[in-house]
Amino acid sequence: MTVTNTDPRASSASGSPLAVNLTGVSKHFGHVQAVRNVDLQLRSGEIVAILGPNGAGKTSTIDIILGLSQPSSGTVSVYGMHPRHAISRGLVSAVMQTGGLLKDLTVRETVEYTASLFALSQPVREVLSSAGITEIADRRVGKCSGGEQQRLRFALALLCNPELLVLDEPTSGMDVEGRRTFWSAIRKDAEQGRTVLFATHYLEEADAYADRIVLLRHGVIVADGTAAEIKSMAAGRTVRATLPGATEAMLTGVPGADSVEIRGETVLLHSNDSDAVARYLLTQTAAKDLEITARGIEDAFLALTGDDTPASTGAI
Amino acid sequence: MSSAPSTIAPDLSGRRVPPLGGFNLTALKLEIRRLTRNRRTVIIAIVVPVVFFLLFGFNKGYDAQPAAPGAHGNGSAFVMISLALYGAVVATTFSGAMVSIERAQGWSRQLRLTPLSPVAYVIIKIFTALALGACSVAAVYIAGSVSNKPLMSVGLWIGTGFSVWIGSLLFAAFGLFLGYLLPAENVMQLIGLILALLSFAGGLFIPVTSYAQGVQDIAKWTPLYGLNQLVHTPLLGNGVDWTWVVNVIAWLIIFGSGAVWRMRKDTARV
Repeated sequence: MTVTNTDPRASSASGSPLAVNLTGVSKHFGHVQAVRNVDLQLRSGEIVAILGPNGAGKTSTIDIILGLSQPSSGTVSVYGMHPRHAISRGLVSAVMQTGGLLKDLTVRETVEYTASLFALSQPVREVLSSAGITEIADRRVGKCSGGEQQRLRFALALLCNPELLVLDEPTSGMDVEGRRTFWSAIRKDAEQGRTVLFATHYLEEADAYADRIVLLRHGVIVADGTAAEIKSMAAGRTVRATLPGATEAMLTGVPGADSVEIRGETVLLHSNDSDAVARYLLTQTAAKDLEITARGIEDAFLALTGDDTPASTGAI
Repeated sequence: MSSAPSTIAPDLSGRRVPPLGGFNLTALKLEIRRLTRNRRTVIIAIVVPVVFFLLFGFNKGYDAQPAAPGAHGNGSAFVMISLALYGAVVATTFSGAMVSIERAQGWSRQLRLTPLSPVAYVIIKIFTALALGACSVAAVYIAGSVSNKPLMSVGLWIGTGFSVWIGSLLFAAFGLFLGYLLPAENVMQLIGLILALLSFAGGLFIPVTSYAQGVQDIAKWTPLYGLNQLVHTPLLGNGVDWTWVVNVIAWLIIFGSGAVWRMRKDTARV
């Protein structure tokens, strides 16, 4: 865990409650551990991406934040309250991947219906227009394309003018153009100070639109930092060598090494100063067959989230 | 893009929870509109009972003879009440079972991201069912009135019509139960079949007394039997048998608790 754990009742500097506060949250379904001991604090106004491959626990984490599912252990609060209470007050809304719409209602009826359920909601006409679906307002939802349905879901999510907007893989199934339009709408929207949390398995999406990226792998947060920080991890190189009898304790002290991995007799050290690592290994240890490779951002992502890597921690 | 997080604390003071758990007339209106948009539902719940009444309501000289010795109206009135009950029961069951489609399309999950409480949702569903049920009763009674065949006092027209309507609530619970229990694909066809069987067993189409004794003994336990007897009581003037009341209450408890049980399971936070 690389997150600095704060007091469970932590608030942001201004004294207002955190938008989201997960402390020690775990979730298992039978024997499957979907989320493990996750601590995540979102401040108001942040745009945060939860990045990870399929099955990393992104949706489980989001379901917990939305109160759709109960953590097996740990606590969750949204603006200092139970997620369900935050939803009742229109503080949180979400755009889910698929479904969630009635095919036999029209677009306008769907918006009217949802608007009627909130104590306060934006005018239906405005929401239709800002989501760009005024022209199809009288069309049955079942006759709308996937992109149009996604714009409708987005419109529904903005009806209550939420403080926190949660997006679960919002652009899956969209073409490049649809994706660009969608994100420019989100970005415009977030400029007004809304907190946005989105799950994605597209690295470039997280890189382009998030202030902060939380990397999730096997239900564990393996990295948490700004896009630039995540990128800087990728700037390094991997030094690979054969070193029988190597132990982690012995290698963590290697100058310049950011992370260490041992696979049998092979050791892998990731570093931003591969020269120093190589020099050390060749002069101070019995390492041989030394190999230095550069690592792209995709590799960094894969290294952090891939299945073939043991749960080594990438410290930022 | 990496603008610094806003330091302005969100103002949460104006954020309110809606009254009545989110129940409101706009949602109710849209639910009713949605229901009546389904042509098959409208045909089965409104057109079919009217056609049945026109076919069977005054053949065999029903309009010329009393419904039973000592009854306060004729045979046509009896048949009209039976078919109004059939229509209302189909209407309320179908309305309740719509939740099955909503679950399948993910709408139930979407609603859980709004302030709407499960209780308010069920109340909207019950009112929707009652609205369509009222249309079924009204359609059959208007057909009766226009044909001028059913004969009974104005008080009985109103009293029996109202009893049928309120009685059909039992089947709104039945519909909700089935809607939460069954998958969406075949639920409507299955319900049509179940209701036809229950209507025969309950004596809505043929008097139960015309069945073999063994069948009669079983029929008296079925969910439409007690209700059918009760709604005809004002016309027949034969007094209420307590077993009919027990039948209705027992089935209301079974359907109601079944619906609550399945709904809890469906909306449980896992």
